[in-house]
Amino acid sequence: MRTLTDGWLMAGRNMRHVVRAPEEIILYFSLPIMFVLVFGYVFGSGMTVPGDGSYREFLLPGVFVMTMLYGLGATASAVAVDAGRGVVDRFRSLPMARSALLSGRAAADLVRACLEMTTLVVCGLLVGWQWRAGTGAALAAVALILLLRVAMTWVGILFGLLVPNPDTVAVVVFPLAFPLTALSNVFVAPELMPDWLGAIAAWNPLSATVAAARDLFGNPGLGGDSWPARHALELAVVWPLALIAVAAPAAVRRYRRLGR
Amino acid sequence: MTDDTTAVLADGIRKTYGRTTALDGFDLAVPAGTVYGVLGPNGAGKTTAVRILTTLLRFDAGRATVAGYDVAAAPDRVRQAISLTGQYAAVDEVLSGRQNLVLFGRLRRLSARRARRRAEELLDRFGLTEAADRSAGGYSGGMRRRLDLAASLVVPPRVLFLDEPTTGLDPRSRNGLWTAVRELVADGTTVLLTTQYLQEADHLADRVCVIDAGRVVAEGTPERLKARIGADRLELVVRDAADLPAAAAVVERATAATATVDPGLRRVDAPVADRIAVLTAVLRALDETGIAVEDVLVRRPTLDEAFLRLTGGHTGAQRVGVAS
Repeated sequence: MRTLTDGWLMAGRNMRHVVRAPEEIILYFSLPIMFVLVFGYVFGSGMTVPGDGSYREFLLPGVFVMTMLYGLGATASAVAVDAGRGVVDRFRSLPMARSALLSGRAAADLVRACLEMTTLVVCGLLVGWQWRAGTGAALAAVALILLLRVAMTWVGILFGLLVPNPDTVAVVVFPLAFPLTALSNVFVAPELMPDWLGAIAAWNPLSATVAAARDLFGNPGLGGDSWPARHALELAVVWPLALIAVAAPAAVRRYRRLGR
Repeated sequence: MTDDTTAVLADGIRKTYGRTTALDGFDLAVPAGTVYGVLGPNGAGKTTAVRILTTLLRFDAGRATVAGYDVAAAPDRVRQAISLTGQYAAVDEVLSGRQNLVLFGRLRRLSARRARRRAEELLDRFGLTEAADRSAGGYSGGMRRRLDLAASLVVPPRVLFLDEPTTGLDPRSRNGLWTAVRELVADGTTVLLTTQYLQEADHLADRVCVIDAGRVVAEGTPERLKARIGADRLELVVRDAADLPAAAAVVERATAATATVDPGLRRVDAPVADRIAVLTAVLRALDETGIAVEDVLVRRPTLDEAFLRLTGGHTGAQRVGVAS
């Protein structure tokens, strides 16, 4: 009970941060919107989609997932800022649930991810993207994307607790995250890549969620005969759950060890 | 002990970080309802001691109780009884002053309405009403410290830990904080404060201990600590720096002690045992040698001197034993 109420109080605190410092979230949204515009319109004319279909329709599910991945950076830097400040000492000296700081962060980031998804969907509709396989399937696709965000949140929390200071986060997250998106099916279908690269891209956890979302949204670009491509839906559930299973306990352990 | 008369008890606490020993058998007993000052230079182990007693840090050996609860065995009970105001203001910098106080009230299980009302009271009491809706990150140092203290008092604690509460504060903010601490003690709170400023300990604390290299090297009332350092000091300022060696010789003969010479201040100073006899002897000798004197006085040692003597890198033999 206390775990829940304290976690909720901490989530409320984190959401107030967003309200009080909205410029951060605007900055944060500008990146995926920029990707939609640059890849959709500038490069998009030269891009081909396996089979037949609009590149922008192919691209949008990828951008949704990419945004969730970049959310890792926001989570990690918020946690790193907290851990480096005296305020964590106050939280830890209060008779509150130990887990509340982390679960509150995870809950607030999920709320934030829902806002991001809404914005991205509206953006997508404006550039001509749509879901074609029914609302139920579309909601399932959104759920898978949010599941990946939860996994990224826990990876981000762990990361934020491991780095020595918040500045490190920005320096490390982008060089890690960018190749992850480039070496996936976000921008280009793996079957159009050289074989070895295509294999890496197909097995990328991001690709599973993207492929599953494309399928559920009824967007073009399904494809490939590789095992991961044929089992995208299963992998889109298993990959994030596996990441959570590893990162969440590690983050909690690390948080406890702040007191050593 | 879990009796009501000892609010904080530390018994032989040891804490090491790798090969560095932060606390090396730290002992402490703070009577309930008093202000206790822990003095020591940077790196002496003050903050480590506070972090251990407030359950933030585990320790390797020894025993500690706060408000009657065992720190290692019942940390949650301890947390319910204490508040900590750390060296760096422990408030949320993005949230406003009011939002901070409401949040900490809610985390201390006040209802939403009581938390809001309590926040108003504290904002008013600490002169923060006008700044209540601004982000705490934009507060001045003094305001931030006041907010920090207010956050510690949302639910009045039985034991309040103040870790270097006035470091970096201007004199006015410092006096305000001292007043707040005195009011708290009048209401029955026990306060343990760490400080590098002897004046602060002298002003606020009923008892003090001096720690150095993770051990208590002296303990008692501020008065007693000053007395323990012993000797009064004779200070003599000559008009002409050229007379310093001769003056020093005179002082050393009269006091039978080693004099310290400060050429910049043209000052000779030495410990004295018998004030009147020494003063008479010195004045007579100076008169005979014809050294022109600007000033001469005998004074009690300052707490600063006591502090430096106790922590000035002396070892074993010169340590003052721990008094009860």
